[in-house]
Amino acid sequence: MRAYVPGYQLQTPRSLADALALIGNEPGVWKPFAGGTDLMVLLEAGRLPHRNYLNIWPLSELRGIEVTETHVTLGALTTYTDVQAHEVLRSEFPMLCQAANETGGLAIQNRGTLGGNIVNASPAADSPPALLAYDAEIELVSNRGARWLPYDGFHTGYKQMTMLPDELLSRIRLPRNTASLKHYYRKVGTRKAQAIAKVCIAAIARVENAVMTDVRVALGSVAPIVLRCKQTEDAIRGKALTDDSVNQARETLMREITPIDDVRSTASYRLRVAANLLVHFLLTARS
Amino acid sequence: MTSKTAIEFKVNGESHKLEVFPMARLLDVLREQLHLTGTKEGCGEGECGACTVKLDGQIVNSCLVPVAQVNGSSITTIEGVAQGDQLHAVQQAFIDHGGAQCGICTPGMILAAVDLLERNPEPTEADIRNGLAGNLCRCTGYMKIFESVVRACQNR
Ligand SMILES: Cc1cc2nc3c(=O)[nH]c(=O)nc-3n(C[C@H](O)[C@H](O)[C@H](O)COP(=O)(O)OP(=O)(O)OC[C@H]3O[C@@H](n4cnc5c(N)ncnc54)[C@H](O)[C@@H]3O)c2cc1C
Ligand code: FES
Ligand code: FES
Repeated sequence: MRAYVPGYQLQTPRSLADALALIGNEPGVWKPFAGGTDLMVLLEAGRLPHRNYLNIWPLSELRGIEVTETHVTLGALTTYTDVQAHEVLRSEFPMLCQAANETGGLAIQNRGTLGGNIVNASPAADSPPALLAYDAEIELVSNRGARWLPYDGFHTGYKQMTMLPDELLSRIRLPRNTASLKHYYRKVGTRKAQAIAKVCIAAIARVENAVMTDVRVALGSVAPIVLRCKQTEDAIRGKALTDDSVNQARETLMREITPIDDVRSTASYRLRVAANLLVHFLLTARS
Repeated sequence: MTSKTAIEFKVNGESHKLEVFPMARLLDVLREQLHLTGTKEGCGEGECGACTVKLDGQIVNSCLVPVAQVNGSSITTIEGVAQGDQLHAVQQAFIDHGGAQCGICTPGMILAAVDLLERNPEPTEADIRNGLAGNLCRCTGYMKIFESVVRACQNR
């Protein structure tokens, strides 16, 4: 059933300070509204119980991509189109660009934001695996101040996160330490555009003399949250990439993830595909 | 209940001042308040692209844009693609090569194709498929649409 539009408030603050004052004075009353590509779908389906939104789309403080010697910092309102157009992201963070390219169609990429993707907190979202593998940090702001935290650990359970009701996600920061690494991103879905992933992997590796000296693995759609698979990483880090060690990593992964059956796929399919993707990643890294 | 607020924006070069509910969909405001019924509704959830319009130079799904977010913006709908009686090369190609059947997807397809050619005047096959990936058609089987876009590139 379609929503009754006059029942919804969408206020446009003049500045970020304005927005923070409003959500600070009435915590929980106002929720941010960015590109609307998640919220409008819920509205249309009559499944948007919250009524009061703050239109953060015009806030220039939350836009832009900044590059320093050590980091690339992206405003929360960075769209998928912005990501793909950025030279440094394309050369140093290709998995994020690939995720952006495989998110929705172009019209979605022009409106959907990284901040919205993170806070919408779908375990099937496509950019979070890449952000986890790149050791992203996120900044939360409120009129009490700002705090940076590792993105890993931000999601604590299905659609649960450590953001307080008076906070906004303002920026995402990626350390520029990916130069000599191998990057591996695969989204498995029914079709390339528009489809939500059945399983998604983002992984990076540093291989020296056939030994895996550094490795990070993150998967989507295999747990209540997008998961950095630390046990699997530990199982292969520092080891020579042999059939045995690859198999051990595979078995660790199959214990570490807990996929479910849903409309898009089954638990057993997801388990099998996730394991195959890990093996393919490790074999690609070896060659 | 919220009250209506005043917004101002341009559609196909013409300025409009309207009283709107802020969460009203741009799609509905275009069709019902401005009577620009060329923009179609297919799915109403961002999947089909029938409601595609250009917003400040980028294509968007107008079913997913609350009208409060277009205050001060400039929009192009299918009604603004031709120059007077002179059809755009993409529109002419759709007519000449059977790119439209029932027509529901056509305005969105044409806007997506026009946008693609503006960004990339010599698209490859893959570029065309990618550029139109957000637009669904239930009639043509896509090949005629694809051919129309290829011909439009050649005829410009
Ligand atoms: C047709 C279609 C296809 C899609 N395909 C994909 C896909 O392939 N992969 C994928 O991952 N997603 C996909 N999505 C989902 C969606 O596009 C993304 O999740 C997008 O990044 C959401 O961003 P937004 O700005 O539109 O969020 P909004 O809808 O504006 O907001 C989403 C949530 O985040 C909150 N929020 C937004 N910004 C902030 C902020 N700065 N601080 C705090 N909270 C905030 C909002 O309150 C809301 O709860 C698709 C959606 C559609 C309609
Ligand atoms: S009606 Fe907007 S995308 Fe289908
Ligand atoms: S022509 Fe009918 S949906 Fe495309």
